[in-house]
Amino acid sequence: MLTWPFLSGDSMQPTTLLLVLIVMAFIAYQLGMRRSLAVVGGKATQLHSLPSYHGSFVALVAFIPAFLVFAVWQGFEETVVTHIVISDLPAEIVAQEQGSISLVVSNIKNIVSGAVSASDLSPVLQQASDQYLALLAKSKAWLTAVVLMLSLAGLFAAWRAVNKDARTRNWVEKVILVFLIASSSIAVLTTLGIILSVLFESVRFFGQVPFADFMFGTTWSPQTALRSDQVGSSGSFGAIPLFVGTLLISFIAMVVAVPIGLMSAIYLSEYATPRVRSIVKPLLEILAGIPTVVYGFFAALTVAPLIRGVGANIGLDVASESALAAGLVMGIMIIPFISSLSDDVINAVPQAMRDGAYALGATQSETLRKVVLPAALPGVIAGILLGVSRAIGETMIVVMAAGLAANLTLNPLDAVTTVTVQIVTLLTGDQEFDSAKTLAAFALGLMLFVSTLILNIIALYVVRKYREEISV
Amino acid sequence: MGAETNSTRPRTIDIVNAGMAKRHAAEWRFRLYGKLAIAAAMLFLIFMFSSIIYKGHSAFVQTFIGLDITLNPEKLGLGNHPDKKALAAANYSGLVKSTLRDMFPDVTKRKDKRKLYKIVSTGASYQLADLVKSNPDLIGTQIKIWVPADDEIDMLMKGYIDRDLPESDRRVNDQQIAWIDELASQNRLENRFNVGFFTNGDSRDAELAGILAALSGSFFTLIVTLLLAFPLAVATAIYLEEFAPKNRWTDLIEVNINNLAAVPSIVFGLLGLALFINWFQFPRSAPLVGGLVLTLMTLPTIIISSRAALKMVPNAIRDAALAIGASKIQMIRHHVLPLALPGMLTGTIIGMAQALGESAPLLMIGMVAFIVDVPTSVVDPSTVLPVQIFLWADSPERAFVEKTSGAIMVLLMFLVAMNTIAVIVRKKLERRW
Repeated sequence: MLTWPFLSGDSMQPTTLLLVLIVMAFIAYQLGMRRSLAVVGGKATQLHSLPSYHGSFVALVAFIPAFLVFAVWQGFEETVVTHIVISDLPAEIVAQEQGSISLVVSNIKNIVSGAVSASDLSPVLQQASDQYLALLAKSKAWLTAVVLMLSLAGLFAAWRAVNKDARTRNWVEKVILVFLIASSSIAVLTTLGIILSVLFESVRFFGQVPFADFMFGTTWSPQTALRSDQVGSSGSFGAIPLFVGTLLISFIAMVVAVPIGLMSAIYLSEYATPRVRSIVKPLLEILAGIPTVVYGFFAALTVAPLIRGVGANIGLDVASESALAAGLVMGIMIIPFISSLSDDVINAVPQAMRDGAYALGATQSETLRKVVLPAALPGVIAGILLGVSRAIGETMIVVMAAGLAANLTLNPLDAVTTVTVQIVTLLTGDQEFDSAKTLAAFALGLMLFVSTLILNIIALYVVRKYREEISV
Repeated sequence: MGAETNSTRPRTIDIVNAGMAKRHAAEWRFRLYGKLAIAAAMLFLIFMFSSIIYKGHSAFVQTFIGLDITLNPEKLGLGNHPDKKALAAANYSGLVKSTLRDMFPDVTKRKDKRKLYKIVSTGASYQLADLVKSNPDLIGTQIKIWVPADDEIDMLMKGYIDRDLPESDRRVNDQQIAWIDELASQNRLENRFNVGFFTNGDSRDAELAGILAALSGSFFTLIVTLLLAFPLAVATAIYLEEFAPKNRWTDLIEVNINNLAAVPSIVFGLLGLALFINWFQFPRSAPLVGGLVLTLMTLPTIIISSRAALKMVPNAIRDAALAIGASKIQMIRHHVLPLALPGMLTGTIIGMAQALGESAPLLMIGMVAFIVDVPTSVVDPSTVLPVQIFLWADSPERAFVEKTSGAIMVLLMFLVAMNTIAVIVRKKLERRW
């Protein structure tokens, strides 16, 4: 969005304009600071606010309104210009393209960017693209004029307002506080954005495919026909095989991760010498820092052939993209989550409880199994839930190591597919945004978001509750 | 309690002693499970790293073939004083082919000739073209250049293709092996450092494929992420720690941040696709959009660690600043923030490392593209290093396995470097109170 190759005109480039605005703000800062010192004859102590606040005040007034206009203008410029060009097009052109405006627009833009020579298309489109360019140039010129005027006017007015008693510090600090509040709202806006974008597309999907068919159907073959007279590919969106596949792989992962993660946490926090602990803990954390694409590569090219080979040796028929390989490697990935969360909760169990058990003559492992672990259980369970939510949402390992075949099976040696694999498959490559195929990805995304959200909320609630109880 | 009962009833200490062996065995077993669990995790780590290094170490060297090329202007199709355009259009691949024919004059059949041409990478003619274009005076002279061998030949030389297999099971036939052996005996085969791996973009030919385009894409994506995420996260942390009143709104923000930290990354990809690409009509495959998506994804990480850093600053500092008449903002800017900054930087570096390794959400916004040209701005189509690894891992050629492992090693090196910097920042700059 910063520079488009075809925007070169006589008026200023958006980036240049932005730079000019920033330079103006710097100048405004200097001017404001000097004026504040000048009005009191250099005795800064007589001012209500420090000179730097006066400077910041003038700079902010010169910058913020102009920048807001700039940003809004940039955001809507193309839409507005395109709209004007389209509304001026003769009706038969639109009709000729079977009423699809977006195609016309992309044709015009192709001519504008020089990707397609206009002679290949109709002269009307050439005319439209000329108009498009002219309008854009005009818009740029106006933008430059308006923004610069606004900035200068702000600078001048603020500069005039600087005097001995001007409470610019209060004003500047208020602006900073507004910025802080706005920033902290982004977390909420992001969640809202996720919910809205996923929900909106899902509702459109469920308009085409009934909700019950999606939730309880047992066949998944999202290939819809390109033409209505094609045979055999009507598309069916029963997501049960995906849910089962996801749960199967997650289950295998947890079977690997929970015992290893929990036992290593217990050993590290209760038995290991500080030296061993200081070496092993960072090594375990390395597992958490390895990008998932690396795990995926390892699962697909090393673990899966290994399992297949072992299977062949003992007479088992293992699919080359078996759920076992993906689940195994995913389990290893989740070990550090389980172990670090368990470590936290085990350490949070008060020493008095251990001492009590020792005083009764219990051995260390008896203390751990009968006193510490039951006390830490809610926290451990919360850690496991977070691990499950990781496993369900993990993408790269399954995309690379699990298959695309939507088999409804519980056999870990078969190939299964998962929700995330299907989202990636449906959304990579070319997409038209209205087909059920593309929208299905958003429905799957909704399921994924909701289920992980529920798991996370339960886990976070349990952890919080547990901390409160244990600290009493 | 008389002496009689004592003799008939077993003493408690005896019962305890009788069970001791069993209990100690249980204790020993329990410890063993713990050791086994750690050993399993460590073994896996070692197994994974060694398998990647084993597969990838050879990606950094490559087989080159030395060709004595006579830059005959006639064969190049050039006149006496060729201009730039003529130089660019000259028939370099023809010259490479004729040089190969001259080296093996007994190859006459068309099919065999084609096999012969195949031992040299298609990049050879581009290499020759660049050389001649930068130095036209070479025309007419004989030069010796080292050009990359084809990836199958490279695999053969590195021992990944077994010479003892029957010919039909090999990608390199007997004749090609004979040529290669002859080249080797003439000292025309050399294993050299694979510079192209670091200076080229992606390519369909494994011997020409490099990671520079992906590295550059990662760089621009991370720059966007850093510029957006760091100020926003610090501002959020300051607001929540220093200003926020305890009410429903701030509670909501806190719950949201904790939840976002655990939302699957692919969901951020869906958000990016629906919001930035379909709604705002941002260009697809651009680091700008990738950076925006990764910003939203890494924000919680940086916010959480920045808040921890702010919490570490003792209240006495705040009180002292306020007591001498600083406003709250001045107190934060001049005293609290400088003290908390190392902790915030540590969190930011770790967040950036996370963003560097992330690939799933970027697949959604079209950064999964075949990128040959190195991107030079945040709106150029690009891919990132992890996605490049994903793409290469999908390629069927044997040579790409090596490239993928090599790229993984580079990626891991960057991550190790970033985490080391984070540790150093924490150790050197962070103050303990």
